[in-house]
Amino acid sequence: MALNLAEAEPNTPDAPARRPGGRARKGGRGPGARRPIGAHAFLIVLVLYFALPLWWLVVASTKDIGGLFAGDGGPLWFDSEFHLIDNIRQLSTQSNGLFWRWLGNSFLYALAGGTGATVFAILGGYGFAKYRFRGRNLLFAVVLGSVMVPMTALVIPTFMLLSRLGLTNTIWAVILPSLLSPFGVYLMRVYTQDAVPDELLDAARVDGAGDLRTFFHVALPLLRPAIVTVLLLATVGTWNNYFLPLAMLSDTDLLPITVGLGGWQAQSQMGASGTQVWNLVVTGALISIIPLIVSFLALQKYWQGGLSMGSLK
Amino acid sequence: MSQTLIVEIPAGGHSKRRRRRRTVERSRQRFGYLFVSPFMLVFAAFLIVPLIYAFWMSLHTKTLALGEHFTGLDNYAQAFSDPQFLHGVSFVVRFSLVLIPVQMLVSLVVALVLDTLTDRLARFARLMIFVPYAVPVVIGAMMWGFLYSPRFGPLADIFGVFGAEAPFPLSPDNVFAGLLNVVTWQWAGYYMIIIYAALRAIDPSVYEAARMDGANGRQIAVRIKVPMISSALVLILVFALIGTLQFFTEPQILRSVAAGSIDAAFTPNIYAFTTAFSYAQFNYASAISFALGAVVFVGSYLFLFLTRKKSGLT
Repeated sequence: MALNLAEAEPNTPDAPARRPGGRARKGGRGPGARRPIGAHAFLIVLVLYFALPLWWLVVASTKDIGGLFAGDGGPLWFDSEFHLIDNIRQLSTQSNGLFWRWLGNSFLYALAGGTGATVFAILGGYGFAKYRFRGRNLLFAVVLGSVMVPMTALVIPTFMLLSRLGLTNTIWAVILPSLLSPFGVYLMRVYTQDAVPDELLDAARVDGAGDLRTFFHVALPLLRPAIVTVLLLATVGTWNNYFLPLAMLSDTDLLPITVGLGGWQAQSQMGASGTQVWNLVVTGALISIIPLIVSFLALQKYWQGGLSMGSLK
Repeated sequence: MSQTLIVEIPAGGHSKRRRRRRTVERSRQRFGYLFVSPFMLVFAAFLIVPLIYAFWMSLHTKTLALGEHFTGLDNYAQAFSDPQFLHGVSFVVRFSLVLIPVQMLVSLVVALVLDTLTDRLARFARLMIFVPYAVPVVIGAMMWGFLYSPRFGPLADIFGVFGAEAPFPLSPDNVFAGLLNVVTWQWAGYYMIIIYAALRAIDPSVYEAARMDGANGRQIAVRIKVPMISSALVLILVFALIGTLQFFTEPQILRSVAAGSIDAAFTPNIYAFTTAFSYAQFNYASAISFALGAVVFVGSYLFLFLTRKKSGLT
């Protein structure tokens, strides 16, 4: 992997962290404008690899079941027939539009769980960062340690506890456990310590603002990048969750998209040809990943810095 | 701002006033409880209580004759002599040992290459490599299941060109590599972004100094960049370890298409899930979950403790 790390110097700094004038192109390193061909070839190969399944998904969603098995375009190219609209139409009528219900459920769980987890993380992170109450260090150590508890180990006992309360197979069985985000609290604490100076809070208090007012009007606006990151991570985490809803829900009307499509896929694999819905699995998968990809692309500038918050100290 | 503060501080000597201020200050700090209590409530309800309950369940056994009765550590003794459980544990441990170095190497190399480029291709590549992270694991596993499939996938065509028979990546012999590919595809971009952000935060004047001393690009990458982002690397390693030991979604989704090479005890989590929800042995499943959780927790805690100077997680 003898890549042209040396020749490939940046000429236009784009990241905010990059200080201006830091790495000007130096003369005297051979013919100055050599292009990093090796690095570019490497990147193109990588892009092809990472895009391959998505490309396949886009192509496959335009095929009917017959086309998926033996289309005239092959697995990686479009057939002469175009069935995307038919697939979407069939997706909407299959089991009375169950697919759109699943998608709606995913939105509900992800937004409710993600927003709730973020609110708790903001409050908790701020409390841990800016107050010196008794037991703070112990509590925070426990929270930090819990980042290392595998969340799936909690699913089965949580299921048993919620079933005692009669809450399994309801939306609460998915939303309530999703409110837990120790890592979010950790990120918010780290970020609050850096972004909200004590002097600013003291000044607000001296001016007569109460603690809550100080929090809402002084601290909260400063925390916006971290809030977007935690919200995005928590929402995506809930949207992607599979084990929890798989264990908690048995009513097909309540399933999120992940569990629903997983069920259709298993059914198509096991079932007779009449119950096979491969084309719907594929088209449904394509539709279901669009919201997340769009929100990640739209919120790029927030999470790209935010994701590394925990590790930059 | 600082002037206001100076005015506020009593000129000294008024110990009574100062004491009152201290009491006021202390009572103000109690607002901290107000801020952390909503989270701590959720934390207690959905982390502490389930853990305690799982432990309690794991110490009991339910039989028709006796009902639920205390059996001490019997469930753990059973688990650690249960060949199915041990097989699952051995799989995830072997899988982590191969996966994590591969994944970290891929994401590190990509991040180092991207760090040296700022052209449009590099920006595009950065996004494309990250995109799989935005795809739910279920969907990612499904797509690879299709690509692997002899009926749908392109493998038969590709190998057909060379007149060879296509391997089935989910056959018992290949399933390890087949899953390795799925997981690397899904997560490498996420780790790459974390490493990349850490690299961008390094002060570039360090490179200038190294270049003055005659270091070339590769030496700068290996000797300067990598050591400077070691805290990000440690963090990623711990996350990857925690994630891999609780491996569940990918094998569970690919089970139906893997034609028998992924069984109901393939990983400890799948085994716990099947034990609980197919056989209703909740006590034994609790013991498996708790044992797995304890191993992961102790393992990652020890690792972070040993590397605490680098990780900055104190």
